[in-house]
Amino acid sequence: MTGLFFILFFWLLGNALSLLTGGYVSGNIIGMILLFASLCLHWVKPETVRPAAKFLLGAMALFFVPYGVGLMDSYRVILENLWAILVSGIVSTILVLLVAGKTFQSLNRRARLRHIKQLRHDA
Amino acid sequence: MLDRSFLTSDLFLLTLTVGLYCLGGLVYRRVRVPLLHPVLLTFVAVIVFLKCTDIDYPRYQQATGALNFALGLSVVALGYLLYEQVERLRGSLLPVGAATLAGCVVGVLSVVYIAMAFGAERQILNSIAPKSVTVPIAVSVAGPLGGNVSVTSVVVFCVGIFGSIFGEWILRKCGVRDPEARGFALGAAAHGIGTARAIEIGAVEGALSGLAMALMGLATALLMPLMERHLY
Repeated sequence: MTGLFFILFFWLLGNALSLLTGGYVSGNIIGMILLFASLCLHWVKPETVRPAAKFLLGAMALFFVPYGVGLMDSYRVILENLWAILVSGIVSTILVLLVAGKTFQSLNRRARLRHIKQLRHDA
Repeated sequence: MLDRSFLTSDLFLLTLTVGLYCLGGLVYRRVRVPLLHPVLLTFVAVIVFLKCTDIDYPRYQQATGALNFALGLSVVALGYLLYEQVERLRGSLLPVGAATLAGCVVGVLSVVYIAMAFGAERQILNSIAPKSVTVPIAVSVAGPLGGNVSVTSVVVFCVGIFGSIFGEWILRKCGVRDPEARGFALGAAAHGIGTARAIEIGAVEGALSGLAMALMGLATALLMPLMERHLY
């Protein structure tokens, strides 16, 4: 229960901050950052939040079903822009895969090489 | 006698939604076809039911307000996931940070510019811009910018399915062989659905994929309003 309280509390705090800062970032996202920060700073123990968080994260897919059902009203918008959405979605997803994968791989490899050089230098 | 007011009651529609979702999960475990994802099955089944009983979407949305509230809660709970993943990250800050930033900026701008070239309106652009991040965050980002959140959730979902089916193959074809980089790319491009696939490939891939999903969500939530204002 305490876990649920913290989640609700950070959401509330996030909403307040969002209102104060002109709604630039929505309240629940600020709440997410606040929860993350409090865990990192050991203000909140991870064990306290874990049960509630695990439950919410496990059932997340169910929670957005109502949005998906909105397709029954918004399918026209999608059909009107079908090509724009289809092409941009596919191309952009491939780009993200490659950019994230390549960036990670090259930097990761360099990090490893540097590590090996360092070991040789020390020896 | 079961009359119409029973069928349109909050409790009935809520029970139906959760029930169909469980049923979708059962069907999915039987057939194991990625396209028949339980959530997609639930979308279709609920829509068919609403059409047959002539219940309109606003009524359904009102009835399932509890789920919408829980979605808001689960965005906050993602803070816990982020914490859990970041604990594991220590030591590989550079590749993780750079790949997240690059993935986030390329993800948002490429989808926006391509859709713009096809003449899509601003509402559509804002709806599909956060397409690489997990649905609750995508919806929380697109909503305040005037996007159509139902378009967002459907597009984000389909992107996840596309990425989880073809992601591994695309990465292999393009020479990304490092297991850590492959896991990270799957999570960055295909959020939770990509992560589910990465966990099937291996433990290293799964862990990096979860990290990528959480960080991409955070980066996009913070950077997208900026990009929206200045870059398109």
